[in-house]
Amino acid sequence: MDAAEPISEQPTSWTVRTRRAIDRHLPMDHLLPVRQPYYVGSWVYVFGVITIAALVWVVASGVVLAFMGPQWWHDSSVGRFFNSLHFWSVQLFFIFMVLHLWGQYFMAGWRHGRAATWAIGVVIFGISILTAFTGYLSQQNFDSQFIAVNAKDAMNGAGIGAFFNVLNFGQMYGLHIMLLPIGVTILVVLHIVMVRARGVVKPIDPEGGARS
Amino acid sequence: MKPMGATQEEYYRGVRMVPYDLVKELVLALAGVGILALAVSAILSSPDVAPITIAAWAQSDPVDFVTTATNELAGSTTSAGYGNPYNTNGSGQAWGPIAPQTWFGTRIPIDSATTFVIQPLQRGASSNTDLGASLDTWQKAGADQQGRWTDAYTKALADASVKDGKVMVADGDYGPLPVMMSNLLGIAQTGGLDGLLMVNGRFYQTDYTPALLFMGDGSYLSGQAEQWNLLGDQWGMMNETGRYPGQTWLWLYTMWYQVPPFTSDTGFIGLNSSNADLGIIILMTLLTAALALVPLIPILRDIPHWVPIHRLIWRGYYAPKARD
Amino acid sequence: MDSPTTYFHWGFILISVPNLLVIAGMIVLFAIALVVPFPHGGEGKNGRR
Repeated sequence: MDAAEPISEQPTSWTVRTRRAIDRHLPMDHLLPVRQPYYVGSWVYVFGVITIAALVWVVASGVVLAFMGPQWWHDSSVGRFFNSLHFWSVQLFFIFMVLHLWGQYFMAGWRHGRAATWAIGVVIFGISILTAFTGYLSQQNFDSQFIAVNAKDAMNGAGIGAFFNVLNFGQMYGLHIMLLPIGVTILVVLHIVMVRARGVVKPIDPEGGARS
Repeated sequence: MKPMGATQEEYYRGVRMVPYDLVKELVLALAGVGILALAVSAILSSPDVAPITIAAWAQSDPVDFVTTATNELAGSTTSAGYGNPYNTNGSGQAWGPIAPQTWFGTRIPIDSATTFVIQPLQRGASSNTDLGASLDTWQKAGADQQGRWTDAYTKALADASVKDGKVMVADGDYGPLPVMMSNLLGIAQTGGLDGLLMVNGRFYQTDYTPALLFMGDGSYLSGQAEQWNLLGDQWGMMNETGRYPGQTWLWLYTMWYQVPPFTSDTGFIGLNSSNADLGIIILMTLLTAALALVPLIPILRDIPHWVPIHRLIWRGYYAPKARD
Repeated sequence: MDSPTTYFHWGFILISVPNLLVIAGMIVLFAIALVVPFPHGGEGKNGRR
């Protein structure tokens, strides 16, 4: 090891190597760019960021509901308001996520090495549906009773009812407030990092070449 | 592996770049969504139809309650003959050799007659000698005799009337059933059965399996659900109570329940109404996988090239250059 | 808001009016996003990167 080499250049340091890997794959100028290709010029492009914004509101209202306990919103008008915030931001989340899916589909956003970004998006969609499902089951009202009694047949028919008991409030609630939101968040961060690392896909070649 | 940073540099080489403020865009999105969500929440609130209780069921429809309880003893209810994961009295759903319901065993054991009728009555019989004697008669009788009593009582219940909240049937040989059932009805109407099925001898509990399975065996729960269009054949999975939007994203999942072969008894290639849940889960798993794999599927991945929506989105890019 | 809602029935399709409004609204929103011009910073600049 050359003693004259500054610490931040020493190649045997794992930390230095990690920094260099990050710099090579996702430098700050790509993570938070100040410019975009001029073809990023349609309102269809904002559906993704609105979906993220809706998710932030879902989580924030969910944190308040979790803090006050699952009974609170039934007994308090402030609680009911936070439940409404949670309910409507979930509606907005799904509305804009699907609009984002439609946009990305018609732009064939998976081209040029972006197939994994697309696939992760579909997985986020699926896990979001599962998260919403456990949420509906956690309401502790008539809706959750009927959803539970009905949905159990699908879960049991598929064999997973033995492990995922929709009639078990404790299990559904724990999945809903902790495990699944962590999963969604990790996948969303990964999805965003993949978009930032590769940049925005170019327009479909007008000459018709289907470059994938 | 080529560094993604270098890949992006290459990818954008020659592309005209314009200023774009991503952070401002995010903050505006947060504010916009926030204002919209706060306003709609303040104006429309959210749905919260109160849960039904076994007490409400027993008070509103005592005949249905007693009939259901009798059927639990007879082993003819949905839960009694369900199969795994609750018991082995039924084979569950299968599509040919694909029968995942049987693969994992009885992991949530529920003996319907014992859990929903006998045990609650035993707990209630501690100071009630008549009930104790009736339970004794029931337990000591053979299965054939029990079957004769439940058959006779079920037939009589079809013409039952209600007086002062109690169920009246024509005279007949029902053995200990009338005493057992009127006691169970009494416990249920006061809310005691909700408590007994929920707590089940413990103290802390967060698992509502017994109470919900029992309610699902009767018609009160589904009768209430029908009013709100929540039933499976009413596209119920998508719907919400009241005038609120439901889970619109489940439209494709619930659609299959409305169409053949999943609505018919005879069905198609072994898929029919009796294994609809299994068949539809398999179908939706395949469709979701296909969606994730669109980049690899011919025709599906080519449609965006054929449909001119992208020409609208990128019309600035496709326009003939004014100056060059 | 807690009273039963009305349903739109067409063939085998049975959809609640609130759900129909959400879906119709999404289609309208997508169409609007396609058509409304997007404000472009640096529009008209001809410089290459």
